[in-house]
Amino acid sequence: MRKSRTLNLGTGSFVLLGFAALFFLTTQTTSRGLAIFGPARYELTAKFDNIGDLKVGAPVSMSGVEIGRVAKIDFDSNDYKAVVLLRVNERYNKIPTDSDASIYTQGLLGGKFIGLTAGGADTYLKDKGQIDFTQSAFVLENLIGQVLANFTKSKADSTSPEAADPKPTEKTK
Amino acid sequence: MFAELWESFTDALEDLGSVIHFLFRLIVNTPPVLLRFSLISQQIFNSGALSLVIIMLSGLFVGMVLGLQGFQLLQRFGSEEALGTAATIGLVKELGPVVTALLFAGRAGTALASELGLMRATDQLSAMEMMAVDPIRRVVVPRFLGGVIAMPLLAAIFSVIGIYGAQLVGVQIMGVDSGSFWSQMRSAVGLTDVTEGIAKSLAFGVACSLIAVYQGYYATPTAEGVGRATTSTVVTSAVVILFLDYLITAAFL
Amino acid sequence: MNQRAPIVDIRNLDYAVNGRPVFAGLDIQIQRGKVTAVMGPSGTGKTTLLRLITGQVSADSGDIQVAGQDMRVLSRTELYVLRRRMGMLFQNGALLTDFSVFENVAFPLREHTDLTERLIRQLVLTKLQAVGLRGAAELMPAELSGGMSRRVALARAIVMDPELLIYDEPFVGLDPISLGVILRLIRRLNDTLGITSIVVSHDVQEISTVADQVFLLSGGKVVAGGTPQELKTNPTEIVKQFIGGLPDGPVPFHFPAADYFSELMSRSEDH
Repeated sequence: MRKSRTLNLGTGSFVLLGFAALFFLTTQTTSRGLAIFGPARYELTAKFDNIGDLKVGAPVSMSGVEIGRVAKIDFDSNDYKAVVLLRVNERYNKIPTDSDASIYTQGLLGGKFIGLTAGGADTYLKDKGQIDFTQSAFVLENLIGQVLANFTKSKADSTSPEAADPKPTEKTK
Repeated sequence: MFAELWESFTDALEDLGSVIHFLFRLIVNTPPVLLRFSLISQQIFNSGALSLVIIMLSGLFVGMVLGLQGFQLLQRFGSEEALGTAATIGLVKELGPVVTALLFAGRAGTALASELGLMRATDQLSAMEMMAVDPIRRVVVPRFLGGVIAMPLLAAIFSVIGIYGAQLVGVQIMGVDSGSFWSQMRSAVGLTDVTEGIAKSLAFGVACSLIAVYQGYYATPTAEGVGRATTSTVVTSAVVILFLDYLITAAFL
Repeated sequence: MNQRAPIVDIRNLDYAVNGRPVFAGLDIQIQRGKVTAVMGPSGTGKTTLLRLITGQVSADSGDIQVAGQDMRVLSRTELYVLRRRMGMLFQNGALLTDFSVFENVAFPLREHTDLTERLIRQLVLTKLQAVGLRGAAELMPAELSGGMSRRVALARAIVMDPELLIYDEPFVGLDPISLGVILRLIRRLNDTLGITSIVVSHDVQEISTVADQVFLLSGGKVVAGGTPQELKTNPTEIVKQFIGGLPDGPVPFHFPAADYFSELMSRSEDH
């Protein structure tokens, strides 16, 4: 009978340890944390023409401070825009309704994140609100296309028709 | 010679069928065993708690090596700060489940096989049958379930200790910034990665426990028979683990 | 239930293993309340007969009734119910190695009944007393001698008060004293508990002292049956060889081989 007591103790401790490890792995190593344990949050939507490679879980920041995360990315087939659901910490509930959301890149070639710039309105965004002013992600190919387009245009302006450079294919925006 | 090859192929196929059939028998007999949870918890202790020491030690050393190697590799690209991410992903997705499963097969798997093999060789299983006690329910299913439950827990413990081992080497010794270690990890590692690891260790748990109890239950009732059962357990488990590892990794891609 | 009917009734039974016939048209009836010995040369299938009786294997054809039940139509559950009315003593005792002597004997009670700890304790100690090992209740199987573990197994076999007790080669490897103890127990338990005992053995002299009925198996059939006295005076060759322990007879001394002289000669010519 004593033997079964230490046995049960040992099994119980082991199982507890195991679940603690599982809990640690799922909450402390991932970007999600555990929603129940985190601070209360509210949801905002924003629509973009192009979100680039913005991923779910990407940070949402204001003035460089992280105030929330991207919760969901969807596609609206009515107006062909990307619909991004943001989850913002309840502490930051004074975001003016005319604020704008833009997609930036972390560092030079890092992942994408959403930056909010405050507007001047007196009313603030509430849960399930929508951010109307958005700016799409910076897509490298588009920049190259623009540069090339300007380059050929300036070349055509400044040089004589004897310049026989083959026109590079224009990348459509 | 071709006939021999064909025969060993059909033998292997037959064995596989036998094992799957045994698995179904175990699954069917699981609900009644769940009512006698004390049998299962005893086996969780035998397979899990008693394997803790080797798992924790191995986890620590593997984590430390990961820290070292990872740091050296990342240094070449100037991304030492990503050590946390590298170590965690490596452990949680691959090393944790796989190494734990291999160690499990060696320690707990052989114990299960030899226990059952010995019971077979000394007629204990037949005696139970004669006492109108179903040995599958009384002896085999608890051991199987014990292994299946213990494996993911062991793998998780291995990974956690490994991460701290990597941190020990990376942060304390090699000078990676502690904050970056954890924050980069947090932003790069996703729940999918952890889920993949848990799925793997569950699959490995089923495979290793099944192979071990099968080899023991059907061992030839002699001393050599039991010995062969234990070696077969380790060898077969290892191959199946690595094969399943590939399958699951591909499935999660 | 007809109390005069044999507890085991086998008629015209066929059983083969891997194509090799073990029994062909076997006929044997075992009477209730008696000690019946089943003897025979090695390999005649004595243990197989026990397995057929206990339902561990199934006959290919023929009729086999145990305690009024037709063994060939029993479901697994019904078989388990039947087995609770039997007790079996295995050759090496087959005690569960992780349990103490007490726990081994208590095992069937714990698995099949809802008796209180006190009742279980009383029952177990009573059975251990009957085999003379009440003092060894706390020992582990590894600490017991061969004879002692067999006695514990016997206590375990009778703990559920079975109607039929089966002994599979209970005397193998025992010293004369332990052997005498087991012999005495077989007879005493049979008479005091009012049960039937089947003993498979080939210790002719010993078992003859306690058996009421003896069957001699050879070549898959019963070649002789009767009281021990009747078998001693049986004129059949195989019976005489077996009872007398003669090295050669219907069971040949020499394993089948080629002609001796020619084999010797050919050996010396080969290099």
